[in-house]
Amino acid sequence: MALQSLDIKARSATTTPSPQIRKAVEVAKLIDTSICIGCKACQVACMQWNDLRDEIGSNHGVLDNPMDLSAASWTVMRFAEHENEEGNLEWLIRKDGCMHCTDPGCLKACPSPGAIVQYTNGIVDFHEENCIGCGYCITGCPFNIPRISAKDHKAYKCTLCSDRVAVGQAPACAKACPTGAITFGAKEDMLDSAQVRVDGLKERGFQNAGLYDPQGVGGTHVMYVLRHADRPELYHGLPQDPHISPMVSLWKGVAKPLATAAMGAVAVGSLFHYVMKGPNEVSKETEREVEKEGEQ
Amino acid sequence: MTQHWEDIKNADLILIMGGNAAEAHPCGFKWVIEAKAQRKAKLVVVDPRFTRSASVADYYAPIRTGSDIAFLGGVINYLLTHDKIQHEYVKAYTDFSFLVKDEFQFADGIFSGYNPEKRSYDKSSWDYQLGADGFVKTDPTLQNPRCVYQLLKAHYARYTPEMVETVCGTPKDKFLKVCEMIAGCSTPDRTMTVMYALGWTQHSVGAQMIRTGAMVQLLLGNIGVAGGGVNALRGHSNIQGLTDLGLLSNTLPGYLTLPGDKEQDYAAYLAARTQKPLRPNQMSYWQNYPKFHVSLMKAWYGDAATKENNFCYDWLPKIDKLHDVLQVFEDMGQGKVNGYVCQGFNPLASFPNKAKIGGALAKLKYLVVIDPLATETSEFWQNFGPHNDVDPAAIQTTVFRLPSTCFAEEDGSIANSGRWLQWHWKGAEPPGEALGDGEIMAGLFLRLRAMYAKDGGAFPDPILKLTWKHRIPANPSSEELAKEYSGCALSDLADPKDPTKTLVKAGEQLAGFAQLRDDGSTASGCWIFSGAWTQAGNQMARRDNADPYGLGIAPGWAWAWPANRRILYNRASSDPSGKPWDPERRLVFWNGKSWGGADVPDMRPDAAPAENVGPFIMNPEGVARFFARGGLNEGPFPEHYEPFESPLDANPFHPQNPQAKSNPAARVFKGDMEAFGTPKEFPYAATTYRLTEHFHYWTKHVLTSAIIQPEQFVEIGAELAQEKGIAAGDRVKVRSNRGHIIAVAVVTKRIKALDVAGRKVHTVGIPIHWGFKGVAKNGYLANTLTPFVGDSNTQTPEFKSFLVDVEKVKG
Repeated sequence: MALQSLDIKARSATTTPSPQIRKAVEVAKLIDTSICIGCKACQVACMQWNDLRDEIGSNHGVLDNPMDLSAASWTVMRFAEHENEEGNLEWLIRKDGCMHCTDPGCLKACPSPGAIVQYTNGIVDFHEENCIGCGYCITGCPFNIPRISAKDHKAYKCTLCSDRVAVGQAPACAKACPTGAITFGAKEDMLDSAQVRVDGLKERGFQNAGLYDPQGVGGTHVMYVLRHADRPELYHGLPQDPHISPMVSLWKGVAKPLATAAMGAVAVGSLFHYVMKGPNEVSKETEREVEKEGEQ
Repeated sequence: MTQHWEDIKNADLILIMGGNAAEAHPCGFKWVIEAKAQRKAKLVVVDPRFTRSASVADYYAPIRTGSDIAFLGGVINYLLTHDKIQHEYVKAYTDFSFLVKDEFQFADGIFSGYNPEKRSYDKSSWDYQLGADGFVKTDPTLQNPRCVYQLLKAHYARYTPEMVETVCGTPKDKFLKVCEMIAGCSTPDRTMTVMYALGWTQHSVGAQMIRTGAMVQLLLGNIGVAGGGVNALRGHSNIQGLTDLGLLSNTLPGYLTLPGDKEQDYAAYLAARTQKPLRPNQMSYWQNYPKFHVSLMKAWYGDAATKENNFCYDWLPKIDKLHDVLQVFEDMGQGKVNGYVCQGFNPLASFPNKAKIGGALAKLKYLVVIDPLATETSEFWQNFGPHNDVDPAAIQTTVFRLPSTCFAEEDGSIANSGRWLQWHWKGAEPPGEALGDGEIMAGLFLRLRAMYAKDGGAFPDPILKLTWKHRIPANPSSEELAKEYSGCALSDLADPKDPTKTLVKAGEQLAGFAQLRDDGSTASGCWIFSGAWTQAGNQMARRDNADPYGLGIAPGWAWAWPANRRILYNRASSDPSGKPWDPERRLVFWNGKSWGGADVPDMRPDAAPAENVGPFIMNPEGVARFFARGGLNEGPFPEHYEPFESPLDANPFHPQNPQAKSNPAARVFKGDMEAFGTPKEFPYAATTYRLTEHFHYWTKHVLTSAIIQPEQFVEIGAELAQEKGIAAGDRVKVRSNRGHIIAVAVVTKRIKALDVAGRKVHTVGIPIHWGFKGVAKNGYLANTLTPFVGDSNTQTPEFKSFLVDVEKVKG
């Protein structure tokens, strides 16, 4: 259930039309990687605001920790050491987490009604009480963001602090960022701010500086300023031109209408599962849910 | 800091050296970002490692740990030989033209007056030539070979770019690029600021490294101006307050000093500190020393301190030598200390050579630990496997642990790096039996006083007669203590300009230290804090962030010592005629009648420019010193000396003189010299440091901090890792001559091997934050490895440069 102040624009596996009356401002978080110092204050703020506590892990020979996103770590810093053309080192640090795509692959792929919603302000949110843990959202995500909890078998990811945004607050990470590398506001304003930052970087000699707001997913509501916008992959594998997986198009465009027969849906579901998790057994519960979805 | 955090936004160039502000001071670092965004400032980082600060810098140059004086001496040489200095500034505001005694000499790394047996100098030759009038002789033409300018030029002529490359391992082109950027700030309209921290302090020549940085700033005319200065980034919350309040072994509050044991005579004690001007018309502010000292003694002893008994001078301890932490642990190890009270201090983790510290603690009869956390020190006697492998049965020390509040559980002020005293309010009640530090100390004091009252004793007066007028004697409030250090009038104070008028009535709070008297009519527990709590109330609690001049100075926000002044020596922001050097940054200027501007002038308000009152009012010369006179123990000009554990066999500046290899004036205890390792056995340079994810040894007790950096690691350059067959994630053993630690290897391109004096020097980076208490994974105390030697002035240990060996742990 969304907060009253957040209108839903799209809802997974739902055909009921969305409300149309109110005009929400499209929001965005802008992450300027050129002034991010990788302090992880955002990670801690995220944990604290969202009541998350991941395991105390181990050091794996890098500064990154936790090593990956998880059901309890919705954002992590990714550190990459890059030697540039002049032979000088650059330490490229990127805050990783949900990009809040305008065209969200997770939502498109989700078979469970209302487990994933997109608000009119652009935030893509998971409502775990509706999540069946099938993991299609992971397959649908071009950024490899959602994670299924081993504890409750539900998918989790950054909410862009939709609860804070709903009451006019910036996300916890933006609030905590000490250098102003994370800012939040109307997407239009963030685009202006990004332009100023990109111009400044160009003045400092970063000719390929630019904004990462990939159009393959319709643009995002989390955007990066990059010194090397021509090579986003330098930033710990940020995809050059992300698109929703063809599997999701298949599911939405072809398989779904055909899946009036329960078996068809089960077959696709198994395929998804194979892609996502390897040849694990699909739980009976998931099978039932998918069958149910197929019958609708 | 000569400045304050917000002022960094006014800089055109920011040099981070001897520190890593983005890592250790991420919140203050925002002002660097602000300078970059608003002034298009450039950031330069010089560090042995490519740090988090370097990751957002415009230029990075590597340097071998411990060689900063060589680098900065090279910068001085560059500025002088390329004529990139602010001439009018150095001529008017520094000792450039002052003549130095002919007896002062420097030969092959050693200054005149050296006594190798005592490892110390007779500093009498390190001084000016005085004229018959008692003033320093000068040569305004700067031609006299004995003038400071000529001596300075000669001293640093040896610091060529080639020599810098040899000693520091900094490639010549990178060094010259940094010089060029720095030189760009020698004009009055461009300023550089310097941000440093423990990366300069924690060397056997730490104070001299900082001085060399200050000398560069003076040459550029960057002291006392907006966006300039030399900025110590204080690490511990309220470590600034610690030094301000005189918690070092030889100091009294407000940087007054304890007498030595030869100073039994009160008049002589005062005379030695009441410095007369060395040039005409200078303020020589320490002339007011008796006012500050008497007011302190009145704050402590009230009516018991009288003119007749020299304001209880005899009650002050007269010290035989420094009793700094290293000295105390040396004595403790020799069995000369019975008990030790450890308040907000975790020496087993924080001081060098853990084995020596633990061994010393084991010789105590009792140890009292006052801390919010269960520290390693408080459990030094427990066996924690390899992380603290001791035999509890063999340790007889009784440990008392008194849980205290943390800052968020009490009201009070904290002095930040910018000397602001900011009042804060309790955010939560303390847990369990925890009490405020004041309440704990009061409890100890009241019990001791009762014992002295009952049983007498050899010397009860200093305890029995201590002023203790708190409403709740067992729990003095922060407000009461703050009023006490700010100060009050003890009797009506007559206005010196019109004795028929009363300036301050008896019992009222003073407006500031200008009102202090040496006749016993005023009390102030810390003269530099005088004015923090005036008759108008608590100035530290003010929260007006209005910035009328747009220079980032909000005079109504909290309160800064001294006198709410935000930038020290700010008279120097204007030229000798009183006009701002930079019309865009009008910090303090002469308006024809008085000094004024954005900041509280660091000058007598009516001192007309024609009077030539110098901006450096604390110096009896009125100007800043390139030539430190006897101010520091190892010489009036900073000279490069190798760390006590160096990968080199000799100081490349003095290859033939073993006496000049490492700081000739540093104190080394018997046994510690032998505990230094040699490069043959320990071939790699090592340095310890902090990570942004943690705060010292505290946040390993905090779950969220433990999650984001859970386990001990060391950083090793990719080249060394390859040589030693170490892959990222392997466990490695790092050994020094004092012990070893085992940690995960982070293999990185951020630490490069450097070519130094014909050999390749690798550096091993050792973050400090782990131990055997807390919720993070247990680890070894990094100070197992570090050497027991300190700076010869401050005795701050040489945590930043030592030698180790490293190998992969098999299996």
